Amino acid sequence: MLGVSDMVMIVDIVLLTLLCCTGVAIMIVRHLFAVVALTGAFSLLSAGLLVTLDAVDVAFTEAAVGAGISTVLMLGTLALTRRREAKPPKLSPLGLGVVVLTGATLIYATPDMPKFGASDSPGLTHIVPTYIEGSEKDIAIPNIVTSILASYRGYDTLGEVAVIFTAGMGVIILLGRRREDEYGYSEETAAFPLRQGGDTEPDFGDDK
Amino acid sequence: MRHHLVLRVVSKMLIPFILIFGLYVQFHGDFGPGGGFQAGVIFAAAFILYALVFGDDQARKVVPDKALILLVPLGLLIYGLTGFFGIFLGGKYLDYDVLLADDMHGQHLGILVIELGVGITVAAVMISIFRAYAGRTRAIDKEDW
Repeated sequence: MLGVSDMVMIVDIVLLTLLCCTGVAIMIVRHLFAVVALTGAFSLLSAGLLVTLDAVDVAFTEAAVGAGISTVLMLGTLALTRRREAKPPKLSPLGLGVVVLTGATLIYATPDMPKFGASDSPGLTHIVPTYIEGSEKDIAIPNIVTSILASYRGYDTLGEVAVIFTAGMGVIILLGRRREDEYGYSEETAAFPLRQGGDTEPDFGDDK
Repeated sequence: MRHHLVLRVVSKMLIPFILIFGLYVQFHGDFGPGGGFQAGVIFAAAFILYALVFGDDQARKVVPDKALILLVPLGLLIYGLTGFFGIFLGGKYLDYDVLLADDMHGQHLGILVIELGVGITVAAVMISIFRAYAGRTRAIDKEDW
């Protein structure tokens, strides 16, 4: 009979293996449409891993933003450009050296990290006990993540919302107007990707 | 995607559940996993799915651009003004204790309101960004993919 930790281990190994395969596939595949689809799969697998780490809040975000919205945005971008990489990149020895060295350093440093979930790890001993206690006594909501984000760290979250607001406003101001652009698209013909009747098909210089 | 009957039917069935799940994540965020940000992106995902399957024009009828541009700052305003309410009621900025007579209830109310603000801004920004891209993309032929 398998214990719970064994099951988690099996799920972890399966997810990490799939994650590695997806990463390598993203590197090898040259068709950008396939790469975008694989990136979505990568995000979904990461969301699965975050669930096994009990970080369900982050997993939500990863699944919705990483696998959902950013995939759609990348597809939208892809529709404006080419579907294939123009030049296949060459293997650079210097880049490979940097990557291998960084990876080796990270792996070398990993055993020095505190054990996963250990209560005496430095990150958890400073102010976290106050938050955990206060979340129960002063705020009385069971989700400590929410009480930290919304109450203890209310200023930070306000700042984050302001960042999202600014990012959104920037995109709306720069790209939001539907107008006739340099390809001769009027408001009527430019629509994604479902509207029929793109009468004037411009030449995008596709690679076909 | 006019011809994809299966996609249309399935997404029409899925979208209400995605919206309900978004609302659940929004208003149950203090008891279960989730919160304003997660709820906002889930909500936006439902609208984006609708726009993908039924077309950008149809989606613009559901949530007009004018409404969207109002919702983007509204969420941030709700958050910021909640902070000032704390000052008016004798506390500090973003101090929820003073919002209601009971400290804990004040905290609950404050968290609920600011999470709502986060959710509104995130959902509106995500849909706006999607529209900004979608509005510039030409109609795609089947052979293109």
